[in-house]
Amino acid sequence: MIDQHVSLLLVVIPLLAAPFVAVLPGRHLAWLATQIITAICFALAIYQLLQVLQGGIISYELGGWAPPWGIEYRIDAANALLAVIIAGIAAITAPYSLASVQREIPQHQHSLFYASFLLCITGLLGISLTGDIFNLFVFLEISSLSSYALISMGKQRQALTAAYQYLIMGTIGATFFLIGVGLLYAQTGTLNMADLAARLPEVIQLRTVHTAFGFILVGVALKLALFPLHLWLPNAYTFAPSVVTIFLAATATKVAVYVMLRLNLTIFSSDFVLKTPANEIFLTLGIIGIIVASATAIIQKDAKRLLAYSSVAQIGYMIIGLGFASIAGLTATLVHIFNHAIMKAALFMAIGAIFYRIGSSRLDDLTGLGRQMPWTFGALIIGGLSLIGVPGTAGFISKWYLVIAALEQDNWLATIAILGGSLLAVIYVWKLVEVLYFKVATSERQDVREAPLLLLVPTWVIALSNIYFGFDTTWTVGVAQTAIKMLGMS
Amino acid sequence: MWMSELPPFVPFFLAALLALATRGVVRQLILLSAPILGGLHLWFDVTPGTLFNLTILEFQLTLMRADKLSLLFGYLFHIASLIAVVFALHVRDTTQQIAGMVYAGSALGAVFAGDLITLFIFWELLAVSSVFLIWARRTERSLRAGQRYLLIQVTSGMLLLAGALVHYQKTGSMAFDFIGLEGVAGWLIFIAFGIKCAFPFLHTWLTDAYPESTPTGTVFLSAFTTKVAVYALARGYPGTELLVYIGAAMTCFPIFYAVIENDLRRVLAYSMINQIGFMVCGVGIGTALALNGAVAHAFNDVIFKGLLFMTMGAVLYRTGNINGSDLGGLYKTMPKTAVLCIVGASSISAFPLFSGFVSKSMVMTAMIEEGYNYLWLMLLFASAGVFHHAGIKIPYFAFFGHDSGIRTKEAPNNMLIAMTIAAVLCLFIGMQPQYLYALLPWQVDYWPYDVTHVLAQLQLLFFSALAFVWLNKQGLYPPELHSVNLDMEWFYRKLLPNTALAIRSGLSSSANLLSRVATGGVTLWREKIINLSFIRHHLAASWPTGSMVLWIGVLLAVYLVLDEFLTKT
Repeated sequence: MIDQHVSLLLVVIPLLAAPFVAVLPGRHLAWLATQIITAICFALAIYQLLQVLQGGIISYELGGWAPPWGIEYRIDAANALLAVIIAGIAAITAPYSLASVQREIPQHQHSLFYASFLLCITGLLGISLTGDIFNLFVFLEISSLSSYALISMGKQRQALTAAYQYLIMGTIGATFFLIGVGLLYAQTGTLNMADLAARLPEVIQLRTVHTAFGFILVGVALKLALFPLHLWLPNAYTFAPSVVTIFLAATATKVAVYVMLRLNLTIFSSDFVLKTPANEIFLTLGIIGIIVASATAIIQKDAKRLLAYSSVAQIGYMIIGLGFASIAGLTATLVHIFNHAIMKAALFMAIGAIFYRIGSSRLDDLTGLGRQMPWTFGALIIGGLSLIGVPGTAGFISKWYLVIAALEQDNWLATIAILGGSLLAVIYVWKLVEVLYFKVATSERQDVREAPLLLLVPTWVIALSNIYFGFDTTWTVGVAQTAIKMLGMS
Repeated sequence: MWMSELPPFVPFFLAALLALATRGVVRQLILLSAPILGGLHLWFDVTPGTLFNLTILEFQLTLMRADKLSLLFGYLFHIASLIAVVFALHVRDTTQQIAGMVYAGSALGAVFAGDLITLFIFWELLAVSSVFLIWARRTERSLRAGQRYLLIQVTSGMLLLAGALVHYQKTGSMAFDFIGLEGVAGWLIFIAFGIKCAFPFLHTWLTDAYPESTPTGTVFLSAFTTKVAVYALARGYPGTELLVYIGAAMTCFPIFYAVIENDLRRVLAYSMINQIGFMVCGVGIGTALALNGAVAHAFNDVIFKGLLFMTMGAVLYRTGNINGSDLGGLYKTMPKTAVLCIVGASSISAFPLFSGFVSKSMVMTAMIEEGYNYLWLMLLFASAGVFHHAGIKIPYFAFFGHDSGIRTKEAPNNMLIAMTIAAVLCLFIGMQPQYLYALLPWQVDYWPYDVTHVLAQLQLLFFSALAFVWLNKQGLYPPELHSVNLDMEWFYRKLLPNTALAIRSGLSSSANLLSRVATGGVTLWREKIINLSFIRHHLAASWPTGSMVLWIGVLLAVYLVLDEFLTKT
């Protein structure tokens, strides 16, 4: 019974739980409920992935209406993997949030915070599972609206501006997406992805379809913070509460990359995409993005902001993989979606633990704290090494496949950008290490102690997973290869 | 003792882990046991032909490939790490102890790597672990030097990775055997090796960073990184003629820098490049005799260069100073160290009966045999130069020369023991070279002690000594001065920042001109665009929402225009 409804439950459980959590009294109950729900979702997501790997694509008809009339949830290995990432990161940030949220968010907002958090999970899971493009837009809005709310809860006043700016940008992006979907609907009369894919070839040469693709492309590019549409991201990540930064950095942009992938492979065929300038745009902006954003990260004065720019650079890697339009490239993109989620989560968690102690993430305030918080610092080092792509960490695996994909097409520029990006990453990770370890702590911060276990344990779980997935690649590379095969790349 | 396929890096990594969990004497015993047990294991259990494979990532990684070449370096690295550990036994710094173990283990991993991936992994580990030995000095200078060092080392790793992948694309094999300078892959890997091997222009990291490390850290550093590179060249590029010229250049150019340098450990760093030059020449010539000479010289160099770095480390440890201008007369208080230093100096100068002689002469003989007469003369000049700056200058300025008045204590016992082990090895190999020759990978009949060789070398040394004495008496010898000598690193330590400054000031002065001519609106633009760096003001700033929206429009327009005009068929 549950078997058949796993996909639906993944979305419905957090959605239904959100209003209850919002009215729960006291600060611990709301947290506890969130914790339980995210854990259930994680278990369901893993179960779903195993099912897909064994039995192939799952198609779920919502309310018993057969597609293309009803909404269909269509799960293959790609989105099953993505659901695992989202639910997994949510499940691991939930225990972290108890202490962190208490420190950073006023108590009367706690229930609201957890409710928004659950809604955000709903939105992201919905995006990844649905097989209906309009339904995807709805979930995109759910996740966006809840993340605006989450970001605005940041401690500093700038959080409000950052959230507002993100709101404006996100809405424009969503509108572009919707315009594109509208144009497609006008041409084909359907919103189901599989059905769209079947009908689009008849009208593929029409200018309208090309334009629709352009609108959708730009809309999604904004959501995934493709350079130069990344400008909302640094502020949002810097001023959001730590937990929100961890969760959004590890999942939100990745989900948008997934949407782009789905768009290119399932809805529009790769043959169609080859006829548009999309791949060239991806490659150009990806390469520029890696170099420019990494260089910008180096001169940052705030640790969260530094990592935010590094995220923009990392998105460049994923987009380059997409731009290669080859099996190797797409595999690399999917693998990096996963690996970047765990490395950025580890880094933001470590910074969040420091923020918990001193209430700031400005580099000037962090001096010497690595010695006083050795465990936090250790996790940060592991995350940093993974970000650089040192062998034995997850980051190396992604870079490995990306470079292989680049060389396969003799694309030297991309190869240089990928490897050069690692060098720049050495510099900005080094900058963190230098401040945290080699500078002397200011006198008023001499008594800063190690972060509490509630923060350390999740941080280390994620940090160690960076090492684990640097060796065992069956769940990353293996699943990604299956996923690309299911998506019909040949 | 253990299974013979156990990769030799494992004991070292285990020791590093165990050392992390222990303190005091237990930790020291663990640190000592890794090279001893590992070395015994290698000597008794491992025979050429041993292989150990592991499949990760759809590739078969060969973690252990034992043949005579890798085994020779394996023995060498065990001896070197044992000496270095003994020398550092008094150190209570966890960072250095762990980094030293991981570093030595990585060097062994690289030498026994049978494929390019494994090589790359250990190549990177070498870089990452060794930089902590530099940072361990904990001075601002060592911090900066370490940073530059790390960047250059990681670049080398990236080049190796790129080269390995291209190699794989072209040949379908990841095996680390003869590569050769053909195609992009060959060149990429060649440059990667060249960086670690301190080729001219790529050598700056060595002279920049090694002298900034701790007294004990430099001993570790001098043993591994460059020798791994020599090994890699001998494996991948034997007989590449270009290497002969590169090697000859490496033997000569450091001499001039070494003569004017004041920091005695930096003098040694330059002489290290000079010695590596001989090995690179040997690899480039590529005959059995030359290759044997190259690896034998690597073997000896690790020991006598280690000995010299140890004596200078002991001086630095006792006096806190390593500038030739401030030292002198230390033989009164550190007589044992002085004697040991002279043994090392004699070895590096290739005095007969010392180890340098038996290996350097192999390379020189091979060079003559292959008809490189002019290059042979360069090497001869370099040999005289070595004697000058390493053989005489180091002991003379540290232990003799003018009496600096420094009165200190003899080096600690553990240091003396380590130095003695190295000195005994220098003498033993020098007098009984047949034992070293028996280990060499290629079959060659060679005996260094014939009349021509010995006489020629002695003449060379005596005239070189005469030159030093004469120059010194005439007051013509470059005096030891407090100074920082920059060579190639001048390009990035001075030229780059200065150019940037000049451009910036040029820009802002021209902008000033502009602002005087134009109205306030232009001034506003100047502030925005030119003042300070572009990145700081534009890419890192928080943008107004309006301009973000502009970018959306731009991107859509670009897509549509491209789609319209560049429609592909």
